[in-house]
Amino acid sequence: MATPALRVEDIHKSFGTIKVLRGISIEAYEQDVISILGSSGSGKSTLLRCINLLETPTSGKVYVKGELIKMQELRSGERKAADRKQVERIRSKLAMVFQQFNLWAHMTVVQNVMEAPVNVLKVSKAEAKERAEKLLQRVGLFEHRHYYPAHLSGGQMQRAAIARALAMEPDMLLFDEPTSALDPELVGEVLRVMQDLAEEGRTMLVVTHEMGFARDVSSRVIFLDAGLVVENGSPDQVFNHPKSDRFREFLVGVF
Amino acid sequence: MSQVVAYFPLILKGMLLTVEVALLSLLIAVLLGLIGAVARLSKSRIARGIAGTYTTIIRGIPDLVLMTLIFFGGQILVNDIGEKMGLDYIDVDPFIAGVLTIGFIFGAYFAESFRGGILAVARGEIEAGHAFGMTPLQVFSRITLPAMVRHALPGIGNNWLVMVKTTALVSVIGLQDMVYNAGLAGGSTRKPFTFYCVVAFLFLVITGFSDVGMRWLDKRYSVGVRKA
Repeated sequence: MATPALRVEDIHKSFGTIKVLRGISIEAYEQDVISILGSSGSGKSTLLRCINLLETPTSGKVYVKGELIKMQELRSGERKAADRKQVERIRSKLAMVFQQFNLWAHMTVVQNVMEAPVNVLKVSKAEAKERAEKLLQRVGLFEHRHYYPAHLSGGQMQRAAIARALAMEPDMLLFDEPTSALDPELVGEVLRVMQDLAEEGRTMLVVTHEMGFARDVSSRVIFLDAGLVVENGSPDQVFNHPKSDRFREFLVGVF
Repeated sequence: MSQVVAYFPLILKGMLLTVEVALLSLLIAVLLGLIGAVARLSKSRIARGIAGTYTTIIRGIPDLVLMTLIFFGGQILVNDIGEKMGLDYIDVDPFIAGVLTIGFIFGAYFAESFRGGILAVARGEIEAGHAFGMTPLQVFSRITLPAMVRHALPGIGNNWLVMVKTTALVSVIGLQDMVYNAGLAGGSTRKPFTFYCVVAFLFLVITGFSDVGMRWLDKRYSVGVRKA
């Protein structure tokens, strides 16, 4: 079988004495759209943040396209990335979309989208602008390209954040609860963009509470509970034939 | 009145020196302030320690005492070293000494203003920079710094005004700034009150212009902020 786009091997993560992840292994292949479900505190966001090293796993390995992210142990016993350049290179290929959008407030929408391609990928300004405008057109924000984030709605901000991620031409998109901070009537516009991306064959890892998206759009569903993978399978397997009582309870709670 | 007119060029010359000292000190203070703020917020315990000691000690001692200590102490130190190296007596230039001292003192205050500004920047925006593969330097210069200025501006404005007024202390080490020259004029005409009034007015002119500058900076660094 081909090299997985992402392989996470027995990841543990503790904050102080609290064990958030307790040995998680997952694999994602190209064009996979994986929904990661779980109640709050189950570790799903932490898992996503361990993949691009926004958090350093306490133990375990992360491979991106077969390349192991190098880590080193500090004298304090903590671990950190051993090779900053490697981490920066890998991060530039794993674009992230955040729950709170995290757009850069002092830049206009188009500047937000151009920023990382120009400074990280060293794309020329002209090319970055062209790319940005195309993407903003695609997410329906071309008319708003000279607005500052503060003047956009939540849904518009998240679509701008998605355009910012796409501008990196990433190998994989990481979504960290992209619709959780949105008013209910704005969720749809963001989900539509994500569905569109899934259909064009993007590799996506989506931490979400949107059961509709998990069931209808994703190719695989992973359910985390107390830092462990409890369910891992196709939407049909997981939703219609769950192996665990814990997921049934979760579904009852959600619907 | 004619006496004021006669001495005015001298006082204006002093004012020019005051402005020069203030601007050059500002440059040093901002530089030291940025380094200090970043050091105090860094993960390195050594950097935090050095920056913490700097801001605590400098802010805890009166400017006049520090000025005297650094200028005269510096003079002695330079010559002790010079003597060991077999050099002749070296005269420390009071202009350079004054600028360095005021810059050094106010670097500590700027460090605290900048630190406050940096702490007010949304964590998520900085994190997004890292998540997109920016280097720490890029994150600082492209995101943290421009986003921080707005929060630090009230403190920066305060520091600047106090600093402009602190330049009056350089007369202690023999620099002929406008306070020094006003003292001369007041002494020889026996009208000190008149000349100190002139100086007070000129300081207000400088700070008035500063206010315009601060408002411009505020506008420049508040783009994208919704006014309530």
